[in-house]
Amino acid sequence: MKRIRSLAAATLAATLSMGTGGAWAQAGETVRIAVIDPQSGPFANIGLNILHTLEFLAEREGGTHNPAGVKFEIVPFDNKMSGPESLNVLKAAIDQGIRYVVQGGGSGVAGALIDAINKHNERNPGKEVVYLNYAAVDPDLTNSKCSFYHFSFDANTAMKMEAMGSSIQDDKRVRKVYLLNQNYSHGQQVTRYAKEVLRRKAPHVEIVGEDLHPLGQVKDFSPYIAKIKASGADTVITGNFGPDLSLAFKAARDAGLDVAFYTYYAGAAGTPAAIGDAGLGKIRFVYPIYTNLASPEYQAVFKAFGQKFPNEAFVTSPAYNLFKALSHGMAKAKSTDPVKVARAMEGLSFRSFTGDVTMRASDHQLQQPLYMATWNKVDAKNPIDVEKTGNTWTLDRLFDSYVASTPTTCQMKRPA
Amino acid sequence: MAFFALSLLNGISYGLLLFMLSAGLTLIMSMMGVLNFAHASFYMLGAYLAYQVSAWIGFWPALLISPLVAALLGAVFERWVLRRVHRHGHASELLVTVGLSFVMLEVVQLVWGRAPVGYRIPAELEGPLFTLFGSPFPLYRAFMMGVSILMLLAIWLLVSRTRIGLVIQAALTHPDMVQALGHDVPRVSMGVFGGGVALAALAGVVGGNAYTTEPGMAFSVGNIVFVVVVVGGMGSLGGAFVASLLIGVVTTFAVSLDQSLLHLLQAVDVPVTDAMANHALLALKISQVAPLLPYLLLVSVLIFRPKGLMGTRET
Repeated sequence: MKRIRSLAAATLAATLSMGTGGAWAQAGETVRIAVIDPQSGPFANIGLNILHTLEFLAEREGGTHNPAGVKFEIVPFDNKMSGPESLNVLKAAIDQGIRYVVQGGGSGVAGALIDAINKHNERNPGKEVVYLNYAAVDPDLTNSKCSFYHFSFDANTAMKMEAMGSSIQDDKRVRKVYLLNQNYSHGQQVTRYAKEVLRRKAPHVEIVGEDLHPLGQVKDFSPYIAKIKASGADTVITGNFGPDLSLAFKAARDAGLDVAFYTYYAGAAGTPAAIGDAGLGKIRFVYPIYTNLASPEYQAVFKAFGQKFPNEAFVTSPAYNLFKALSHGMAKAKSTDPVKVARAMEGLSFRSFTGDVTMRASDHQLQQPLYMATWNKVDAKNPIDVEKTGNTWTLDRLFDSYVASTPTTCQMKRPA
Repeated sequence: MAFFALSLLNGISYGLLLFMLSAGLTLIMSMMGVLNFAHASFYMLGAYLAYQVSAWIGFWPALLISPLVAALLGAVFERWVLRRVHRHGHASELLVTVGLSFVMLEVVQLVWGRAPVGYRIPAELEGPLFTLFGSPFPLYRAFMMGVSILMLLAIWLLVSRTRIGLVIQAALTHPDMVQALGHDVPRVSMGVFGGGVALAALAGVVGGNAYTTEPGMAFSVGNIVFVVVVVGGMGSLGGAFVASLLIGVVTTFAVSLDQSLLHLLQAVDVPVTDAMANHALLALKISQVAPLLPYLLLVSVLIFRPKGLMGTRET
């Protein structure tokens, strides 16, 4: 009921502002958004894909059909995936008068940005900065580290694990699970949440082994695969990404390892191309969207992006929600002032590809449905070819917002 | 037993892969005394060229064409860049190859983009070769091992059993005398550099589809090939071979060991408290540090045996 009411309010605000055209002060303004992500170095592939996605969406979502009537301008800042460098470029962005910051590559960077932005906002009233996070998924960011100025649009590690847990709970074929992760904060968290969620949701499942390997150092995964095979596991849960993920798949295929992979990042930019035909029918991927989602709006965005950037794919749907939240928030606040917009975005519901989603006021974590999809050959029902592989993501299961929702310990301090 | 045999096989095949990656580097190092930092970049270039040629006319021509093109580029680089820098000493040579690695990375990204490319194993080399204790051994892995051993044989025969090899070896220690005897020493160097680069590119052709062909691939093998060369002994072909196998087998077996310092303490009857069980260092398992063992080996070798396992020169 509450959800319906807040939705109605959002829609009303949106309609009002659209109907009255330039009546509000913010209409016609250009909102500059700093994108702080790696645009060079080993992670440039992913960083540039997201930059293109944001530029594409800024153009699409800004201007006449924007509920607030504002335009968006993306200003890229290369943080080289480093915390200290991110703080340098944050300062540069603030010096240029930019009041909105977008980042997603890495929770370590995200934590550093939250601290720096909190400090800046405290010391510079009237010049506050709001931070919109499309992919950093450390649950601490909306719990112990939560901030009024930070908004999280991807589902965090704990939420995705809840979804995986629900799937494993109902899948009677899963008996023995192996945890394969990178030895740094994200991988360690996946290991920890997997144990916690499986104990609670699927106590009949046994965790038969776990490995934490150094990030990006393993060339040959066959020893790990041999170990998984020896453990008798039928399912592997992994938070790995990039080469650490695709090389593990290839080694598994070579060794004839017949297990299901539950992954966080098999759909990240570049990974499908690297996987190719390895792990067809076995690789699963949990995310707020999947490629063949029957949403005309999503398919239109996916197609238009592919035409503009023929060698890339639109894979980061949280970026779309980010612009929706910002537009509706500005329309509701009747202003582009970050503090007012942040207040307006709290509890805001808006229409996404997957239906209505809500920015939870208590911790600024977007509540949205999650999808579990499997890597399969393209067929008549699932026609979208991903990264020219001839393969695609097909739907396994949809998790409603409440399934993956996790409670928060956030004690939000709001400005007076 | 089954696990031991499988791990041994995995270890040896990984070791041979490492040797394949570092063979060209060792060759250039041993015959020219140049530490080629762009070696891994030529590995990457070889993979990308093979991807392109495969797309046009197939994998087997690529196996030949890609190393040849790379060799040509390497020879050009030696003739017009490295040779000029040579007179300023080894540090300058090293720096110019570092510069080259950056240039090559950018060129590859400009031509083929930053995303991984779909370079795949040819259909005739797909599938398992044999099955050992229920685990299939991939045909392509055997192919890679074969290429690696062929490289070893070819270099060894060339250097120790042919007249060219004799001149190359003599040119390393007594370039002026060899020159005085009427051999074109600069051209020999050009050939050696081109040959070493061709080996790197061949490794790229074979490794690029087994792993992933992407701009980060040079970076990902760059460190480990230097470990092989230093541990084996700068410029020692046999040393590099032994070091590759050693590193391959040690890291593979280390992955299977889940023991930590806690187990050691328990073994000597020290009571383990909860605080100790949660201690980051004490609870660290051998399998967690397995991929870092080669670097530990590198440091140990530099401290205790600076000339490497089978090297003749101090590093």
